[in-house]
Amino acid sequence: MSDLPSSANVVVIGAGIVGNSVVHHLAELGWRDIVQIDKGPLPNPGGSTGHASNFIFPVDHNKEMAHLTFDSQSQYEEMGVSTASGGIEVARTEARLEELRRRMTSARTWGIEAHLLSPAEVKDMVPFIDETILEGGWYTPSVSVVDSLQAGTLMRESAMSKDALTVSPNTEVLDIETERGRVKAVVTDRGRVEADYVVVACGVWSPRIAKMAGATIPLTPAVHQMIDVGPLEILQATGNEIGYPIVRDMDTFMYERQTAGSMEVGSYAHRPIFHHPDTIPSIEEARLSPTELPLTEEDFDPQLEQAIELMPFLADAEIRYGINGLLSLTPDAMPLVGETEVRGLWSCAAIWIKEGPGTGRAIAEWMTQGYPEVDPHASDVARFYDYQRTEAHILARCAEHFNKTYGIVHPREQWDSERNLRLSPFHPHTSALDAVYFEAGGWERPQWYESNAQLLEKYADRITRRPHEWDARWWSPIQNAEHLAMREGVAMIDVTAFAIFDVSGPGVVDYVEKVTVNKCDVPVGRAVYTPLLTEEGGFKADLTLMRLGDERYRIISGGFDGPRDKHWFLKWLPQDGSVHFEDQTSEICTVGVWGPKARDLMARVTDDDISDDALPYGHTKPVNIGSIPARLLRISYVGEFGWEVYTTMQHGHALWARLWEAGQDLDVVPVGAGVYGTTGRLEKGYRLMGAELEAEYSPVEAGLDRPRVKTADFIGKEAYLKARDEEPAAILCTLTMEDHASASGEPRFPTGGNEPILTSSGERIVDSKGRVSRVTSAGSGPSVGKFLLMAYLPPDHAIEGTDLQVLYMNELFPVKVAVAGSTPLFDPDNDRMK
Amino acid sequence: MRVLVCIKRVPAPGAKIVLTEDARSIDTSLLSFAISPHEECAVEEAVQIAEATDGEVTVLTLGPPEAEEQLRAALAVGAGAAVLIPTDGSDWDPISTASAISSTIGELEVDEPFDLILFGNESADSGGYQVGIRVAHALGRPIVSGIKAIGVEEGLLTLRRETPTGSELYRLPTPAVTAVKEGINLPRYPTLKGRLNAKKVEISRMTANREGSGQEMVRLVTPELEVSETEILGSGADAAPAVADLLERLQRAG
Repeated sequence: MSDLPSSANVVVIGAGIVGNSVVHHLAELGWRDIVQIDKGPLPNPGGSTGHASNFIFPVDHNKEMAHLTFDSQSQYEEMGVSTASGGIEVARTEARLEELRRRMTSARTWGIEAHLLSPAEVKDMVPFIDETILEGGWYTPSVSVVDSLQAGTLMRESAMSKDALTVSPNTEVLDIETERGRVKAVVTDRGRVEADYVVVACGVWSPRIAKMAGATIPLTPAVHQMIDVGPLEILQATGNEIGYPIVRDMDTFMYERQTAGSMEVGSYAHRPIFHHPDTIPSIEEARLSPTELPLTEEDFDPQLEQAIELMPFLADAEIRYGINGLLSLTPDAMPLVGETEVRGLWSCAAIWIKEGPGTGRAIAEWMTQGYPEVDPHASDVARFYDYQRTEAHILARCAEHFNKTYGIVHPREQWDSERNLRLSPFHPHTSALDAVYFEAGGWERPQWYESNAQLLEKYADRITRRPHEWDARWWSPIQNAEHLAMREGVAMIDVTAFAIFDVSGPGVVDYVEKVTVNKCDVPVGRAVYTPLLTEEGGFKADLTLMRLGDERYRIISGGFDGPRDKHWFLKWLPQDGSVHFEDQTSEICTVGVWGPKARDLMARVTDDDISDDALPYGHTKPVNIGSIPARLLRISYVGEFGWEVYTTMQHGHALWARLWEAGQDLDVVPVGAGVYGTTGRLEKGYRLMGAELEAEYSPVEAGLDRPRVKTADFIGKEAYLKARDEEPAAILCTLTMEDHASASGEPRFPTGGNEPILTSSGERIVDSKGRVSRVTSAGSGPSVGKFLLMAYLPPDHAIEGTDLQVLYMNELFPVKVAVAGSTPLFDPDNDRMK
Repeated sequence: MRVLVCIKRVPAPGAKIVLTEDARSIDTSLLSFAISPHEECAVEEAVQIAEATDGEVTVLTLGPPEAEEQLRAALAVGAGAAVLIPTDGSDWDPISTASAISSTIGELEVDEPFDLILFGNESADSGGYQVGIRVAHALGRPIVSGIKAIGVEEGLLTLRRETPTGSELYRLPTPAVTAVKEGINLPRYPTLKGRLNAKKVEISRMTANREGSGQEMVRLVTPELEVSETEILGSGADAAPAVADLLERLQRAG
C-alpha cells in the first residue's frame, strides 16, 4: 500500500460506496492528488456497504431522490455490476393499493416502466407467494440488484488508472485540523495530510469525524434487521444470484429478496434501535463487522410470522444468518451532502446504496463547478437549524420516521415529535384562537384557525369540499374561508418563521450586488425582491432585501430555507471583514396585515404617516405602534394591500394584541399559512423556493426575469444573460383543473406531489433539456373559483387555453393552461396591492 | 431416550473481549451471546438421538435471566423443554455450578431418570472442564468426555473418543453422562417455524443454593495476542521462485 503523501488536493475519508463514488467522480472531473483513507481493510472496510441488501427500486415520489437513484442505477449498469431482477411491492390493504396507484403516478412522472398487478399476476411472477392475502401488487421491471463492493473497487481503480488517487486502508483518522474556519489537514495514525478539501464519506461514523473539525453531520447509526434463510430448493433451482423479483411486503414494512439459494428477509418494522457513532465496536471488537451487530431476535420475531404468511415455504427454511445491520438515518430521512460549517469540509453521508454513485457524481460536480446538475436542495447538509443538529432532535425524529420507511407518507404530513420548540410571541394569541399548527423551519405556524369554522357557512357556496380522505388530509376547508374573508376584510398572518439576516459595513453594497440578480443599490427605504442564482444560473434562493441604511440591508427569506441561505451568504462574505453578518431570525417577529381594510386598521394604531406617498409599495419605514417600535414593509405574498409588520420578539405579544383589538370592527380575521403559502400565493402566481424555484430552472423560465439587467457583476450573471438570449426550454404556467370527477364519480384534488402533466392524448411532456412537466404546487383558488396547479411546460404547450391532463392516483383529469408566465390569475394588474 | 443437555451462555466467539476497569468482569456492552460451541453440538446430538429413538430432549442452564435466549435457541432447533436455574449474573465456580445442577437434576428425575445427560467438553469462556465430571460423580453415573461420536443401541451407548494415535471406543450402560466435542456433528440452524414454536414453550425456573466452595475470582487477565506476520512473496509469475524456495524450506524443516 502506498504511503500517505504529506499534502493532497482532497482527502476523502471512507471507502464504502460513497467514498469510492466520490473519488471516481472527482478524478473524472479532473481532480488529481486525491487521497482516500479508511480505518478498515479493502475491499470491505466494515461499514454499511459491506452488509447492504444492494437492491434498488428506482421510483420515488421525491424528485431529487428519484434522479439520484436513476443516475446511480445507470452507473452500476455501466460498470457491469447490476442485474435487473424486477421488483414487486405488494399490498395487503386497500390503503396500500391506493399508495401503489400513487407510485404508478410517480413512475409515469419519471418515465419508469411499471405495472399494477392483480394478486393472481403477482402469483404468476412469484409462485411461492400466498396471493390470497393480497389486494394487489405493483411491478417495476427495472428494479435491480447491484454489487456495491465490486462497484467500489472498479471506481477506485478508475481513479487510480488516471494517476489521481492514493488509497490508504487500515488508516485511522485521529484529528482534522482547521485554521480560521477552513479545513487544513487530516491527521491519521499513518501521518498527516494537508488538504484544502476534505470529504467526510464514512457513513455511520461521519458525525464523529466531522466533530474533530468542529462541524456537525446530523445523523444517527440505526439498526435495520435482516436474516438470511435457506437453503430453498426453488431458489437454488434458478441457478442465479437472483432469479425472482424482489418482493416488498409494504404493509408489514418488510422485504424478501433472493440471494442465490436462500432468501434475505429484511425489516423496517421493529422498534427504532439507535447506536452512537462513538460506541460502534471497532473491527477487533466486532464478531462480524462493526456495522453487523448481533441480531436482537425478540425484535425480529414478529416479522417471522408475517414472512411465513406471505411466503409459506419459508416456515421450514433455516435462519442461517441474522444481523442488526447499522445504517444512517437523518432527522428528515434525506441525505447529508454539501459543505459543512467548516469551509472546505464536505459531507457526503447518510447515503444508501441506491443513491451512492449518483450522489458521488453530484458532490464532485458541486465541488468542481459550483453546483451539481441534480439540484441538491433537499439533501443539502446546510439545511438544518442549530436545534435540529442536536442529538436529542436527531434521535426523536429518526425514531418517528423509521417505521415510515415503507410507510404511506402524505405530502403534507406533519411531525409528531419535537414540536413547540420555536414559538412566536403571537403563539398565546393564535392558540387561543384554536390555530392548527404546521411546522415551518421548526416554528409552530398557524395553518388555519378552527375559530374560523363559522366562516364556512358564510362562504358555503364558494368553498369546495374534498370528500376523499387522502385529498383532505392535513387540510381544512376553513383555509378557503379564511382566504375569502381576507379578500373582503383584513387578515393577520403570523409569518415569524421568516429567516432574517442583517448585513452591514463599508463593503455591503458590493457584497449584496454580487449575490443578487436584481439591482439592490437602491435608495434607503426601498425593498427589492430578487432571485439568488447558482453559478450555472439556476435558483439558489429568492428573497426580499430592505435597504435600511447606506451601509445596512435586512434580508428576509423563507423559514424553510433559512439555514441554506445563511450558509450561502456566509460563503460569499468578503474575507476582508468589510461586511458584518448578523442572524436576526430569533430576534424579530413578523405579522402580515393584509386586505382591503388593512389601511383602516393600521391607521388606528399608529400616528406615523403610512399614506401611499410616505410609504409606497415596495418601501419600508420604521413606525411606532403606540409605544412599540416597529417596521412596516409594504409588500404582499397574498395579493392584497398591506404590510409585513416587524418588531422585536419582546414586543410581539403586545403588538398582536393592539392590532387585533383595533381590527375588531373591521372584520379582522386570523389567517393561516394555508392561505399565505398556497391559496393566496397560487392565485397570484407567486413562486415558492423548493417547489417552482430550483437550481434546474432559470429566472427566465420561471418568469422572474426583469426587463433590464443591472451593470454590477453577480453570481450566475453570465448564465442569466445567456438564458435571456435564448428561447426558454420551459415556461412556468398556472393551470386550472377542469373536471375533478374520478372514475368512481368522487371528485379528486391533487396534493401537488410531482404528478405528471400529460398531453390530451396522454403523452408525457418533456422539454428540450430533458425535464419533465409535473405539478410543482397545487391548491384551491377560492377567489377565482378554480383548483390551481403550477407546472413548467415547453413553449409549444405553454399557451393559454391549451387543454392538457394531469395524472393523479393513476387517473387522468383534464386541465387547462390558464396563465403562461407570471401574470397573476387573480387581479392581474395588482390593483389591490397599490 | 430421555436426554438432558446442559448448556452455558457465553460471549459469542470471534470478538475481542474487553475487560471492565476493575478487571473483575468483561465489558458486555458490545458483545453478543451464544450457546458455548461444544454444547451447541451437544444439543444437536441430543435432538438427533431423540429423533432416532422417539425420545425427548430437555435443555438446562444455570445463568442470568438473559440465558433464556440460549434456552430458546435450543428449543428452536428441537429441544422440547427447558429449565433455567437463575443466578444474579455473577460467575459461579465449577463446584457450586455442578452442585446446583446435580440437585436440580435430582428434582427433575423424581418420576423418571434421564437416560443420557450431555455436556459440552468445556465452556467457551472459563474452560474449566469440570462441571460434567462433577455432576456425573454427584449422581453416581459413568462419564466419558471428549466424545466425537455417540451410538445408541437398546440401552447401551457406544462412544468414540479421538486420540492422537487413533480412537478409543467406550460402551456405557444408561443412565450415563457424556461430554462431547465440537465436530461430533454439524449443528442445524433454527427454522422460522422452530423459532416461533420456541417462543411458545414455557421455561421452568428452578432455584438452587449457591454452595460456597472457597474459590474466588481475583481478576481477569487478557492474554497476549499472538501476532501472525504476513509476508507477501510477490505477485504473478514473479512470485514463483520465492514460493518454490519457501516450499523447499518447509520440506527440509519436515
